[in-house]
Amino acid sequence: MKCRVCRERASIEIRRHHAVFCKEHFFDHMRRQVERTIHDYRMMAPDQRLLLGVSGGKDSLALWDILTDLGYEVDGVYIELGIGGEKGYSSSSRLLAEQFAKNRQLDLQVVDLADEYGFTIPEAAKETRRVACSVCGLSKRYVLNRIAHDRGYDVLVMGHNLDDEAATLMGNTLTWNMEYIGRQRPVLPATSRGLVRKVKPLLRIAERETAAYCVLKGIDYEVDECPLVGGNTGIRIKEWLNQMEAKRPGMKQQFLFGFLDRASDQFADAHQEEVELTDCTSCGQATTSGECAFCRLQVRMSDGG
Amino acid sequence: MKVILRNPRREVEVAGQSTVSEVLRALDVIPETVLVIRDGELLMKTDAVDENDTIELRPVISGGGHL
Repeated sequence: MKCRVCRERASIEIRRHHAVFCKEHFFDHMRRQVERTIHDYRMMAPDQRLLLGVSGGKDSLALWDILTDLGYEVDGVYIELGIGGEKGYSSSSRLLAEQFAKNRQLDLQVVDLADEYGFTIPEAAKETRRVACSVCGLSKRYVLNRIAHDRGYDVLVMGHNLDDEAATLMGNTLTWNMEYIGRQRPVLPATSRGLVRKVKPLLRIAERETAAYCVLKGIDYEVDECPLVGGNTGIRIKEWLNQMEAKRPGMKQQFLFGFLDRASDQFADAHQEEVELTDCTSCGQATTSGECAFCRLQVRMSDGG
Repeated sequence: MKVILRNPRREVEVAGQSTVSEVLRALDVIPETVLVIRDGELLMKTDAVDENDTIELRPVISGGGHL
C-alpha cells in the first residue's frame, strides 16, 4: 500500500478516512486533526497556562508531543496511584512519563496520592468495595482539578480519544444517564465554583492512531493494561464498538459527532453545574452538596484504611 | 512464525499464513484493535510475513490507564 500523499511505502491505514499514510504524512494528519479540533471548539490559546493530565500511556504522551509540535507550552501532571507495588504498573508508567518529559525538557509535576492524601487506589478499592476504576476516576478528577486550580492553570487538557468518548457516550446511552450525557462535551467551561476549563483535543483521533503515532515517533509508552481494569464495562463497550467499526468504518465517529453536532444541546437541561454546584464544606472544591465525594473517601480511608 | 501477544504477555506459534490479514484472521483478532509490529516497524494488513518472522500484536484498547 502507498501513501495517498507521496506514494511512498505506507505505515498506516485509516479506514474511516479512506486514507493510507506514510510516517511523515501520518504525523501531518495527526497534527491537523488536533489543530482542527482545538480551533473548531475554541479549546485554548497558546498564551494560556495549560496543564495536561499525563498517565504514561499512548494518548497523553502522543498529545503532549503533538501540542508541543504545534507550538503550545504545556506542563504535565502525573498522579502516582500506587497500583502494582514498587516495580509495578504505576511505577513503570511514571518512569515512562518522566523519561518523556526529561528528553524534551518539559515540566512534569508528580502528585503522589499516598503522600498527599493518605491512600492508594488498591487500598481505596478494597476499603470501599467499589470497582477500582470508580475510585480511580473520582480521585483523578479531583486531584487534576485541584492541581490545575491551585497552581493557576487556565485549561486542563485531557487525552480522551475518539474511542474513549464514543464508548462513554454508548455506556451512558445504554443506561440513559441524562446528566452524564449532558455533560459529555469537547469543552467543559470553567465555573465560578473553581472547576477549571477542561478540553479534549484528541476527540477526532482513534486510539489505534495514538498508539501508532507513539510507535512511529519512537515514544516509549505504557503498553501493559492496568492490572485493576478487569471487569471494566468501558472496555467491553469498546470491543463491541470495534466489532461494528470493522464492518462499517466510520461508525464510531458518526455516533460521537452526530451526537455532538445534532443531539447534545437537547441534553443541556440535565447539565446545569453552574446553578447546582456549591463549595465542599471540607476542601472548598466544587461539589453538588455538603462534603465532596473525594473528601468523604479520604475520611473513610483515614478512619478505616 | 512467532507471534507475541500482550496483556498478559505470551507467545504463540502460527503456521501457514502469508499476510498480516491472514495471521489476524487465524487468531480471530479484529485489525482495528491492534498494531502489528515487526522489528520496530508497523505492518499493514497486506504486508507479507514468513515463517522466520517474529511479530508483535500490540493491543490498542485501553480502559483505565489514561486520565
